[in-house]
Amino acid sequence: MSPRRTAALRGFRASAPFAIVMLPFGILFGVIATESGLTLPQTIGFSVLVVAGAAQFAAVQMMADNAPVLVIIATALAVNLRMAMYSAALTPHLGTAPGWLRATIAYVLTDQTFAVAAVDYDRRPAQRPGEKAAFFFGSVLPVCPVWYLSTALGAQLGTAIPPALSIDFAVPLTFIAIVAPLLRSPAHIAAAVVSVALALGLAGLPYNTGLLLAAAGAMATGALTEIWLERGVRA
Amino acid sequence: MTDPLMIWATIAAIGLGTFLLRFSFLGLIGGRALPPWALRLLRYTSVAVMPGLVAPLVLWPAATGGTTDPARMAAALATLLIGVTTRNMLGAIFGGAVVLYAVQFALG
Repeated sequence: MSPRRTAALRGFRASAPFAIVMLPFGILFGVIATESGLTLPQTIGFSVLVVAGAAQFAAVQMMADNAPVLVIIATALAVNLRMAMYSAALTPHLGTAPGWLRATIAYVLTDQTFAVAAVDYDRRPAQRPGEKAAFFFGSVLPVCPVWYLSTALGAQLGTAIPPALSIDFAVPLTFIAIVAPLLRSPAHIAAAVVSVALALGLAGLPYNTGLLLAAAGAMATGALTEIWLERGVRA
Repeated sequence: MTDPLMIWATIAAIGLGTFLLRFSFLGLIGGRALPPWALRLLRYTSVAVMPGLVAPLVLWPAATGGTTDPARMAAALATLLIGVTTRNMLGAIFGGAVVLYAVQFALG
């Protein structure tokens, strides 16, 4: 098997568990979007054009609340600001790819595909850029198509899911399960603790700006803890 | 919001803006290397954003009208513990779901 094929398969296998998670998540979005008055094409259009669960949930919630259009757009983009950080983190690995390829990678850059790619590039730094791109597209397959299809399924199901199933909680459990294995150093743990503390403390700030400040503070905490620990080792 | 044109315009604007955020560094900076301090900061992107995104959802879930729910708290803790100890993502989610339903059942 060619190295690219091996990398694509490895990417597919790494993100395959996400398919099982995306299914209830997408169904939930389809249900909530149609319940708040969107049509079937609008609901599917949301998932195909935006491809970002948390922002989609936030936007649909605010559309149902009749929030001003500009506030809805700003909030959804604020929730997605982390994508720029992912984009920056992938640039050393994929930045030399042709423009059309980078644009395609950008379209399918999600929490899930970023998480598995970052881990793989970390573990196998000797890969060629082509293998890294192949890994990335392999990891997209269990995520994005499942997201589109499950959204459509949820839009059809509508209100048939009983609230007693607490399907809403699939979202936070997924995020926790993504982050937990990353808590591998004191710096990572410190960053996560600061992120939680600041996000809760600043939750009252309007338009998700609290989360953005929390993320910035947490990134600085991680980097400073790392520098501080390195100095401690040297001294 | 009920005007179909307005709904589509909102969806398209969020889609385009999100794409530009994703394309930003990949598209503009290209093959140039980022400075070491930037790479150091970016190592913490995931652990900086996701815990903050999740914490309010766990403490103040919309499904309960923002009231703290012991079943959801227990489920989140179980997922965190299983995730940290086993590094098995699906096992952590499954364990959390079991705890969620068990506590909900126990508390009636």
